[in-house]
Amino acid sequence: MSKHVGKGHIFLHRLKFGISAFIVLELIIFVVVLLSGKNFAVLNPKGFIASAQSNVILLSAAILFTIAIPTLVILYFVAWKYRETNTHAEYDPQENHGKMFDFGIWAIPSFFMLLMAFVMIPATHRLDPRQQISSYNKPLTIQVIAMRWKWVFLYPDQNIATVNFVQIPTDTPVEFELSADESPMSSFWIPNLGGQLYAMTGHVNTLHLLADKPGDYAGSTAELTGAGFSGMKFVARASSQDNFDSWVNEAKNSPSALTSEEYAHLLKPSEHNAATLYAKTDPELFSTMLAKYAGSHDHGMHE
Amino acid sequence: MKEFFLGRLNMHALPHEWFSVGGTAGFMGLFILAAIILTRTKRWKWLWNDWLTSVDPKKIGIMYFIVGAFMLVRGGVDAIMIWLQQALSSGSSHGYLTADHFQQIFTAHGNIMVFFVAMAFIFGLINYIVPLQIGARDLASPFMNTLGFWLYIGGVVMVNMFFAFGGEYAATGWLAASPLSSIQFSPGVGVDYWIWSLQISGIGTTLGAINFIMTILKMRAPGMSLWKMPLFTWGSLCSMIMAVIVFPLLTATLFLMFFDRSFGTHFFTTTGGGDPMMYTNLIWMWGHPEVYILMLPAFGVFSEVVTTFSRKSIASYTSNVLGMIGVTLFALSVWLHHFFTMGASADVNAFFGVMTLFIAIPTSVLVFTWIATMRKGRIRYDTPMLWFLGFIATFTIGGIAGLILAVPPADFQLHNSLFLVAHFHSMVIGGVLFGIFAGLNFWFPKFTGFRLNDKIGRYSFYCWITGFCLSFIPMYILGLMGATRRLDHYDGATGWQPLYISMFIGGLVIATGVALQFAQILASYLQKYRLRDETGDPWDGRTLEWAVASRPPYYNFTVIPEVTTRDAFMAMKSAGTVKTVYEDIIIPKNTAAGIYIAIFAFFAGFGFVWHIMWLAFVSIIGAIVVFIIRGFHDDSEYTLTAAEVEKLEKARIAKAKLAVPGKYDHTDEDMGLQQLIGISYTFLIDIVKNKRWRTW
Repeated sequence: MSKHVGKGHIFLHRLKFGISAFIVLELIIFVVVLLSGKNFAVLNPKGFIASAQSNVILLSAAILFTIAIPTLVILYFVAWKYRETNTHAEYDPQENHGKMFDFGIWAIPSFFMLLMAFVMIPATHRLDPRQQISSYNKPLTIQVIAMRWKWVFLYPDQNIATVNFVQIPTDTPVEFELSADESPMSSFWIPNLGGQLYAMTGHVNTLHLLADKPGDYAGSTAELTGAGFSGMKFVARASSQDNFDSWVNEAKNSPSALTSEEYAHLLKPSEHNAATLYAKTDPELFSTMLAKYAGSHDHGMHE
Repeated sequence: MKEFFLGRLNMHALPHEWFSVGGTAGFMGLFILAAIILTRTKRWKWLWNDWLTSVDPKKIGIMYFIVGAFMLVRGGVDAIMIWLQQALSSGSSHGYLTADHFQQIFTAHGNIMVFFVAMAFIFGLINYIVPLQIGARDLASPFMNTLGFWLYIGGVVMVNMFFAFGGEYAATGWLAASPLSSIQFSPGVGVDYWIWSLQISGIGTTLGAINFIMTILKMRAPGMSLWKMPLFTWGSLCSMIMAVIVFPLLTATLFLMFFDRSFGTHFFTTTGGGDPMMYTNLIWMWGHPEVYILMLPAFGVFSEVVTTFSRKSIASYTSNVLGMIGVTLFALSVWLHHFFTMGASADVNAFFGVMTLFIAIPTSVLVFTWIATMRKGRIRYDTPMLWFLGFIATFTIGGIAGLILAVPPADFQLHNSLFLVAHFHSMVIGGVLFGIFAGLNFWFPKFTGFRLNDKIGRYSFYCWITGFCLSFIPMYILGLMGATRRLDHYDGATGWQPLYISMFIGGLVIATGVALQFAQILASYLQKYRLRDETGDPWDGRTLEWAVASRPPYYNFTVIPEVTTRDAFMAMKSAGTVKTVYEDIIIPKNTAAGIYIAIFAFFAGFGFVWHIMWLAFVSIIGAIVVFIIRGFHDDSEYTLTAAEVEKLEKARIAKAKLAVPGKYDHTDEDMGLQQLIGISYTFLIDIVKNKRWRTW
């Protein structure tokens, strides 16, 4: 053995510095942010789906921390106890671990992962985005078209349309039919209301959401879409049914209509589009748009 | 006519923006400086004969490390630029980068860090250490190895080539998701540079992986069965097997995308029957295992470090190896968890989610074997062990985040957010990079003959771990606040700016850590007599690489060891050392064929990027011709007779005895930062005052 070894005596100094720096920093940052009262959108749900998803996140985290924290504590305790300078500690270089040890180290994580699976599988089915939300209120359908770089919302039943703004009534299930036109893959995400889903040309992905509380919630594309990506945002406004109805009336009285010329104009790439209301739309607009891509995508259409 | 000769290349492609001019000038400056130094010191021939054309895996390993370190700085500058933009660009301020330029930077950052830093370091370690650990003098195919290395260099040049020609890199994210990367949405040459830098280096990876599988399976020392192999070799074997399975997939996918972009096919387009979802699947079928290709050798490094510094054999070798094999198997069946949000049915999502959970089982087993190894050990805390302790904390946090992301309903809320970005940085920095640094500190005496300075190494670790916390904890928090990744601008009202600023500061602290690592190597060099490793076994090692001198002779082992147990060298030490008997050794000759093929491959790629078809085809034919000529080259080895070996060995031992302490070797302890700065300052002042350049 060379003369260079044997530095255990400065171990405590190093460990204290290294590890406690890590933990202390982490705590400080967490506490500062928590106290600052910022909006943790993902963990601050304003809708039925978002709160279910937030619960799944918290439950998974709880299960995982149950195994991870003891593991870390034991590891750092062992690392401290069996340091070189602690000559009182047992030293057994040829230690023989029995079969029970092998069984244990495979069984413990297997147990926790099976537990996770038991949480995950039902939750995945229950929170499948295309799963309808049961409610006394009749669902509202909104067709969403992702474009470069804006979101176009069509209300087929109300015969109105909007750009970069969507209003929905609270406590009413909303069925977003997501697609895209001449756009890269976009991901439709309103963190306060629930998880995202991709909007792709030639496909319709259905996302069901329900807002519990009225308010303005930020929505955006989570998937990179090119130069106008960071400006491809919209506001999702949840309001009471009355408020929603009066907004629909207001939109219907709006001077502009989403004609085919206006649609062609929208289709041109543009950034930071202001929220716009359109009184009338072609009821066939969504299916016409999809038909552009038909033939190439039959295999991908949903049932 | 002009179009035939130059394709799309024209005057506009030459550097004219601040970053392309700066980048080109920077690289040119470095090359000119290197050329001047080489000419002045008359070292061109030395460089060519001793290094560039060498087929010695040890030299190739060191070259991988040098280029990888250089690219770490290159990718690190990208990281700082990304964070600076995000720290500035809130509310009315739009930062200093355009959205498009910002997107190019993070794309380049991802590509460089994964392909040209992490892969390079991993291949560097495998090249240097695996042959030594298995008691081999050489690789199964030394030529294939040098070819793989030079193709990697071809990729490195290609990924930086956009500075000089074209001025734009892909702005699509590191995996160039289709249809964003299609010719419709990305008409420039950026994505083509992306395709060809990955294509060329990817083929090199496939070749290297085949070679190492052959080497590990066929060239082990007598008596070393698979179940007696050192754990780093096991990790490398698993990693290389996975690379052979998935890298051809990358090659095929890139070819399809190249056809789409250059010849108007419709594999991944939105029109004409193409399907971008197919691209997403294909690229992640390669992309997910890629992470484990990097991770498994790092696991191996930690197993070696923990056993050596705890002075114990690994607790349950079988479980540890089965754990790595388990990771290998599961890693091939989890790719869909990267796009739960694309709209697959709940059954499909649940299946891939469960598979992802299962991959955590073998990974946890590895952690448990390390804990049990440390228990009842006598743990020495040198720098490699410090990296291990840092790794466990970051890796566990990253792992928890990863498993939360594996739950589809949770992933819908966290996918594409900064939470995801923080997760994979925890894995790749905390897992892969820390493993590489542990390995570098551990095996550095083997690479150079002297240990690394412990003091500055420690400072560097503290900077890395502190910077890591400052950067990535806010990143997790931002993800939970709903911040998506890759934002070049965000509203002031979101209140995210302080966290982005913390990330930027963390980046600067990490950059300090990197600078300290270079300082560490410099300080060690200055004190190399004091830190020298005379025995070849500075840590009381357990495996065969410590049985040879540091640095090992180019034939590695004068005598091929007979292996009877695991931890072969440990057993030999307790049984008494082996007598030296000299024998004839067959050694592969140097070859430049790998360099020529890589140059042709580079020009083929360059031709395809700029649609200069004659150049591409001439280059492809050139590469094939060189390959065939090399194939007929029978005289690729020579024999070193026993007498010559004896002479070499004795000369080497005598030379080691003659070594004299340098100017800074008389101190009692490792050089500190203050002293290093003092020395550097005196050195520079001396140059300026005495006009030293006159005599250079």
